[in-house]
Amino acid sequence: MGEENKVTLYGMWASPFVRRVEITLKIKGIPYEYVEEDLRNKSQLLLQYNPVHKKVPVLVHNGKPIAESLVILEYIEETWKNGPKILPEDPYERAKVRFWASFIQQQARQSLFDSLVSAAKSSGEAHEKAMKEVFEKLTVFEEGMKDFFPSGTPHFEDENIGFLDIVLCSLFGHHKAQEEALGLKIIDPERHPLVYSWVTALNEVPAVKESLPPHDKMVALIQFLRRNAPHRSSEA
Amino acid sequence: MAGVKLLGFWASPFSHRVIWALKLKGVSYEYIEEDLSNKSQLLIHNNPADKQIPVLIHGDKAVAESLVILEYIDETWPHNPLLPKGAYERATARFWIKFAVEKGATFYAFYNSNTGEEQEKATKETVEVLKIIEEEALGDEKFFGGEDIGLLDLVLGWFAHWFDIIEELVGVKVLDASKLPRLHAWTENFKEVPVIKENLPDRSKLLAYFKHKYFAHLPSLDN
Repeated sequence: MGEENKVTLYGMWASPFVRRVEITLKIKGIPYEYVEEDLRNKSQLLLQYNPVHKKVPVLVHNGKPIAESLVILEYIEETWKNGPKILPEDPYERAKVRFWASFIQQQARQSLFDSLVSAAKSSGEAHEKAMKEVFEKLTVFEEGMKDFFPSGTPHFEDENIGFLDIVLCSLFGHHKAQEEALGLKIIDPERHPLVYSWVTALNEVPAVKESLPPHDKMVALIQFLRRNAPHRSSEA
Repeated sequence: MAGVKLLGFWASPFSHRVIWALKLKGVSYEYIEEDLSNKSQLLIHNNPADKQIPVLIHGDKAVAESLVILEYIDETWPHNPLLPKGAYERATARFWIKFAVEKGATFYAFYNSNTGEEQEKATKETVEVLKIIEEEALGDEKFFGGEDIGLLDLVLGWFAHWFDIIEELVGVKVLDASKLPRLHAWTENFKEVPVIKENLPDRSKLLAYFKHKYFAHLPSLDN
C-alpha cells in the first residue's frame, strides 16, 4: 500500500485523542495532511465526516471517514501492514493491551476528568475525593504494569512503542502542564514510579515529543477551561 | 486444546455476550456462576484490577472486559467470524460498539430518573439514540452484522431481552414497532437465532431481580 493513499486527519492541537492518531501515523511513517479544527466553529467537512458525534479526531482515508481514536488506531494497524506494529500478534497479548488501554482510558481518565470538574467548581471535598480515585486507579494500573515491564524501567529504542504506550502518553504525556494549571501532582514519581518513568521515557520518543502540545499554551487552555467550561470534555 | 472457563452472572447481559460468542463458535466451556456479593477467589485472582465478571479463563490465560473477551474469542477461534473482513467495515462495527457503550449513561438515566421532568428528558434522549442506531447502524439489514449476527448484534443484544424489562419497571415504552419498526424487528429476529434463544435468562426471574436492584449495579456485572 502506498502511492494511492490520501490520508487526512481532522484534529485539534490540545486533544489527547487526536494526538494518539498523530503519534501512530508518525510511527508508521504514513504521510498525512493535518487539518486543525476550531471546535467552536466546526467545519462543514468535519460535520459531514462525523455526523453522529461531530468530534475530532476523524481520519479520512481515500475519502472514507473513520471516527473514534482507538477505532482509528486499530484501522491504521490493519490497513498499513508494512512498518512497525502497535499491537502484538498473539491474541492473548492483544487482549492484555486492550484491557489496560480500556482501563486507563475509562477508569483513570473518567476519574481525572471528574476531579478536574470538581476542581473547577472549587468544591474541596469533592475534588479531594475525585483525586483520591485517580490515584487509586493509577495504583491499580501501576501494579498491572509490572507484568509489562518486569525489569522495572521502561525505555524505548527505535520508537518501538505500541498501543498502550500511545494511549498512556496521549492522556498523561502533558501531565506537567496539567499539574501546573491545577496546582497539584497527578503523576507523582513517589506514588507511581513506574508510570512516571514510563511517561517520561515516552516523552523522549521523537514521534511523541513532536506531538506534545506546547506547555504554556496547554497550561493556559486548562486554566481557561477550569474557569469557564467545567463540563467540557477534552474530546470535542 | 486448553480448557475454557467463564466466570459469569446469570442476570448480566455482559456475561451473556460472551456465552453467545462461545456458543456461536462451538467452543466448549465450563460456566461458573459468581455470587457478586461474595466474589470467589478465582474471580479476584483472575481479574484483580476490577474484580468484575465476565472473565474468560483459557488455560492459564485470564481475559476480562466483555468487549476485550469478544475480540479475543474472535481472534482465537477465527471460524464463524464475528467481525467483518475488511478494515473499514471493522472500523464501522467498532465505532458503533463504542457508541452503544458510551450511551450507557443515557439508558441509565432512563432507568434511574427521579422526577417526571428527568424521566421525560431521559426518554426523549433514549429515543434519539435508538433512532440513530436504527437508521445509521442497522439501516435495512436484518442484523447489524448483515445476513448473520455479528459482534455489534451481541453487544446490543441486551435490547432484545433486558430493555423491555426496564421499560416495564419505568412504565414507559420506547422500543416498539410503531416508533422504531426496524429496530423492533431486529429484537424479534435476534431472539429467534437458536444460540440466542437457547441462552437467555428467564424473564420473570430477571424482572424480579431488577425490581430489587438499581441500574447502578449493572456496572458491577461487568464493564
